[in-house]
Amino acid sequence: MSDEDPKGTRRDFLYYATAGSGAVVAGAAVWPLVNQMNPSADVKALASIRVDISAIEPGTQLTVLWQGKPVFIRSRTAEEIAAARETPVEDLVDQLAENDNLADVESLATDENRALSADGTWLVTMGVCTHLGCVPLGNDGDFGGWYCPCHGSHYDTSGRIRKGPAPRNLLVPVASFVDELTIQLG
Amino acid sequence: MGGIPHDHYEPKSGGEKWLYSRLPIVGLLYDTVMAPTPKNLNWMWIWGIVLTFTLVLQIVTGIVLVMHYTPHVDMAFASVEHIMRDVNGGAMIRYFHMNGASLFFFAVYAHIFRGLYYGSYKAPREVTWIIGMLIYLLMMATAFMGYVLPWGQMSFHGTAVITGLFGAIPFVGEALQTWLLGAGAVGQPALNRFFSLHYLMPFVILGLVILHIWAFHTTGNNNPTGVEVRRTSKADAEKDTLPFWPYFVIKDLFALAIILAVFMAIVGFMPNYLGHPDNYIMANPLATPTHIVPEWYFLPFYAILRAFTGDVWVVMFVEWISFGIVDAKFFGVLAMFGSIAVLALAPWLDTSSVRSGRYRPMFKMWFAVLVVDFVVLMWVGAMPAEGIYPYISLIGAAYWFGYFLVILPLLGVIEKPLTPPATIEDDFNAHYGTSMAGGTSAATPAE
Repeated sequence: MSDEDPKGTRRDFLYYATAGSGAVVAGAAVWPLVNQMNPSADVKALASIRVDISAIEPGTQLTVLWQGKPVFIRSRTAEEIAAARETPVEDLVDQLAENDNLADVESLATDENRALSADGTWLVTMGVCTHLGCVPLGNDGDFGGWYCPCHGSHYDTSGRIRKGPAPRNLLVPVASFVDELTIQLG
Repeated sequence: MGGIPHDHYEPKSGGEKWLYSRLPIVGLLYDTVMAPTPKNLNWMWIWGIVLTFTLVLQIVTGIVLVMHYTPHVDMAFASVEHIMRDVNGGAMIRYFHMNGASLFFFAVYAHIFRGLYYGSYKAPREVTWIIGMLIYLLMMATAFMGYVLPWGQMSFHGTAVITGLFGAIPFVGEALQTWLLGAGAVGQPALNRFFSLHYLMPFVILGLVILHIWAFHTTGNNNPTGVEVRRTSKADAEKDTLPFWPYFVIKDLFALAIILAVFMAIVGFMPNYLGHPDNYIMANPLATPTHIVPEWYFLPFYAILRAFTGDVWVVMFVEWISFGIVDAKFFGVLAMFGSIAVLALAPWLDTSSVRSGRYRPMFKMWFAVLVVDFVVLMWVGAMPAEGIYPYISLIGAAYWFGYFLVILPLLGVIEKPLTPPATIEDDFNAHYGTSMAGGTSAATPAE
């Protein structure tokens, strides 16, 4: 070793190169351990299902499990549709449609923008409260739609949040009619 | 270990010397068990032993339960029923494990509030305090994951709510929640990994407990006066301390016996008192129980989580100033984790030069209100989020933060503390008289 302070020596280079490749190796080793916790192929494969809706009477709903979460498929009565359509968007907590079927994410939360069928009879929403994920109860709450028993969120007949801690309307999943009596989710 | 002068282990026989020169483990254990301990410790210093015992109880009963449990969504609930009905002594083993969690939290809260009152968190014991807080966080994670395993209604929907907390984090929340659950919703991947982690974490806790003990054996125990043991010489130190074995071990075991008598009465006669009947219904993703409440030991923090709704002005202000990134839901999550963070930061928030609350007249009152506040939050956390209850949670949450962020820093400036005794020996003699100290040598108390 010489007395002069060597700058940028071969030893420094080796030190940084070793530490650098060590960090890369550590990262490469950790990533698979982290990533294995993400959804596996079989979980992702259950992406879409078809539901027979022929047995749903007006004013009732069918709750089906899709991707591990409940989905409400509701056949609404004329009064429920009217109540949902008369509500001005300005009165809503969340004024966005929250409908995955619409290309424009800024669409307003009118009932027309949320119902699956043009006449408003069929409404399909996730059965997951947007607060902390409980399953709301149907035909309940101050607005005749859904009521979440966990922390008291009230949704109207269009599944829009009206009162309580939930920040967003019940989400509308990607759904379409395969034929008149079959709905495909996803 | 430690800075307090005391006698160390000396290997005597040939065998002891042989081992000592190769692995001085006997010396390590001897120094740990014979650690000089302030002789004025009161009954609030028993919780360490209770907690150590409970950790061992949980690990032993847990390992046994795993021999009969199946972590599968279709079989988990049935396998717990199998433990309850078919396995020899299975019901009692499970009831010990279930109620052991409650004993664990009861003891840890007593232990934490002891530390808060007597200033055990203050320099030089900050590292002990921080390790303790890490243990507490891991305990909460372990208890939560353990509650998922029976796969009852509360297990399932409680998991949805708690993992939903992570989903509230802006931008990355949804991906984080999916990563935690291994799917878009609670199901087989979540149950399987929670089982794995529930088995792992107690051993991590065990490791941290060893560090916790190592840390406070290095600084020495705090004591009710907050006055340090004299380290000027071994003779001085012996006037202030007694060895942990046998004096404190016997005292702690006596307290443990009394606590276990109550514990056994609960396990034997009312094992489900602290649980929820809904968890004896198998998990059903399509129906939420009408009233989801966490276990009692989470209730104070659950109340804080729910306290900050969108109509509280602080929440509205933060939402406005963060351009809507921090909404009411995320604010609640931040408040809940923040309430534990301020607890962990107590060593740096408390500005008083006097350690023990015994000599702080104003602190005493504020501390008493904090204890009441904790109990009120626990009560209100179990109530539905309607009517007067959200306001009570909000006041309770405000006091919790106020205590740590305003009162603790200010009291150190405005309070005029009393003068603590000069030495631990003085405090001890004031209580028990000099005759109890055994005349010439303080290390030989009355037998």
